[in-house]
Amino acid sequence: MRIIAVVIRILRQFISDKRTMALMIVAPIIILTMLSLVFNGEDLELKLGVRNAPESIVEQMEKHANVKPIASDEPIESTLKNDYDAVIDFGNGAKKLYLEGSDPSINRAVINMVQSSSMGKNQEVDLEVSYLFGSNDMSSFDHFGPVLVGFFIFFFVFLIAGVSFLRERTQGTLERVLATPIKRWELVTGYVIGFGLFTMLQSAIIALYSIYVIDLMMEGAFLYVLLITLMLALSALTLGTLLSSFAKNELQMIQFIPLVVVPQIFFSGLFNLDTISNYLSWIGPLTPLYYGADALRSVMIKGQGLTDIWIDLLVLLGFSIVFMILNIYALKKHRRI
Amino acid sequence: MPKGAIEANVTKNYGKTTILDHVNLSLKRGEIFGLLGPSGSGKTTLVKLLCGIEEASEGEVKVLDTKMPNLSMMKKVGYMAQADALYGELTAYENLKFFATLSGVHRRDQKERIIEVMQLVNLENELQKNVEDFSGGMKRRLSLAIALLHNPDILLLDEPTVGIDPSLRQKIWWTFEKLRSNGVLILVTTHVMDEAERCSRLGMIQNGQLIAVGTPEELKKQTDSVTIEEAFLSFGGGGE
Ligand SMILES: Nc1ncnc2c1ncn2[C@@H]1O[C@H](COP(=O)(O)OP(=O)(O)O)[C@@H](O)[C@H]1O
Ligand SMILES: [Mg+2]
Repeated sequence: MRIIAVVIRILRQFISDKRTMALMIVAPIIILTMLSLVFNGEDLELKLGVRNAPESIVEQMEKHANVKPIASDEPIESTLKNDYDAVIDFGNGAKKLYLEGSDPSINRAVINMVQSSSMGKNQEVDLEVSYLFGSNDMSSFDHFGPVLVGFFIFFFVFLIAGVSFLRERTQGTLERVLATPIKRWELVTGYVIGFGLFTMLQSAIIALYSIYVIDLMMEGAFLYVLLITLMLALSALTLGTLLSSFAKNELQMIQFIPLVVVPQIFFSGLFNLDTISNYLSWIGPLTPLYYGADALRSVMIKGQGLTDIWIDLLVLLGFSIVFMILNIYALKKHRRI
Repeated sequence: MPKGAIEANVTKNYGKTTILDHVNLSLKRGEIFGLLGPSGSGKTTLVKLLCGIEEASEGEVKVLDTKMPNLSMMKKVGYMAQADALYGELTAYENLKFFATLSGVHRRDQKERIIEVMQLVNLENELQKNVEDFSGGMKRRLSLAIALLHNPDILLLDEPTVGIDPSLRQKIWWTFEKLRSNGVLILVTTHVMDEAERCSRLGMIQNGQLIAVGTPEELKKQTDSVTIEEAFLSFGGGGE
């Protein structure tokens, strides 16, 4: 009953605060639209597997990429899944190029490299390209889109939930609420459900817009995208409310963004993970966006389903539960029981 | 009830400063206890300790023989904070409804109770107005209404009548007296001397120390004073 009262109150606050509601839905949409119009790719070190290749050609290609010969009986698909960007097969005269395919800037780079390290000008026509994931008409934005959808949902939910929980403290209502017999876990749960309901609407609108209006690549099921964004938003909301107990005012809440939210994007696959220094790469698995972005890419680009994303979803849920428990604990500062 | 409804013996420190120094209070049902003291003397801190949202550094607070903080005792206490703790973007009705559920007012009775308490503070026609459009005095009255919602046995009211005009203040005090005669314990903090005269007993607090406790008549007699204000000064209160 008390939980429901908190939920209803939060929803009423949203309805009467149209500006915040608009911020959470319209702002991500505007930013995603702008990014889709201006996005560009970038270069990086390629990792190629070669099969049945003549020595001379391997030497030639090693100037441009990290080349590894692979046995001809090894299945190409598993090699590609094993972190190779592409495999080139020189068997039976014709060259065949197999691309991992999910990153269009890599696709383009591989094709250019193979053609320019030209193994004889006359052979160029023989190149036969196939993709494990994605296709050749995939744009850069298709690759980054899922990460950005996840990021902006995370960003805005974190900010709004954090500020609103903080305001509860600064305007004295938290203290007043804790002077009633409500339990700390009831208050936190009410917050999570109230914001969760609103977040569901927000995620659905942003995901629908990204896929059907911006026309982001979408290979998998929409339902999974919703599920992932919801879990991601839940982790943002629980983290935001937790961190708000360490902020004195709205400005201090905003200071958490460059510290806690923005760095997550470096490890979320927007930048190639292989290029991140080993001193930092351990941070990635500690951030919710890492899992959210991975799951979104799996569904939207690779068309994968629950069997490939359930671990990501579970980890996100784990984050939320841990943040919630910590928040219930942090409220002890205001009332011991 | 042989023992007091509230028994407190507390010391409160914030860091190294002592805000309340061995304050010893015993409050009975059916009395209006006025807490009198200059600002910064520790009145608000004491009220928060009594309702369980702050805890003593030394000693303890017992409400109805139960050590605070305790959730089932919080159900019996109506608290009105010095600073209005209201949701500005919601209407008065939505605020009342929220706190009614939290304080355990049955769903069935909520509407009736809301109208009753809002009539007491003359706000029954402002139910649908957003609280951010309320004046300071109206917010005070709404906070008081919220404290009364669940018919608590104990009312802890921190400066309940600040910014409320005299005629309404009269009405609110009549309400207090009616509640008192029904056996409710009311503790109010106040600066206003004519309010102090209407209390059953007074506690005078100065620099975190309770310097005198007694009925207004007793306190005046002890110090040979005509007014409470004079009595307060002769107990050593007021000056720095
Ligand atoms: N959270 C706090 N931390 C440190 N000092 C505090 C805190 N709350 C109150 N004080 C100090 O305690 C003293 C008493 O404050 P308060 O109880 O609000 O007095 P009153 O209500 O009588 O005006 C003041 O000097 C105030 O600065
Ligand atoms: Mg005060």
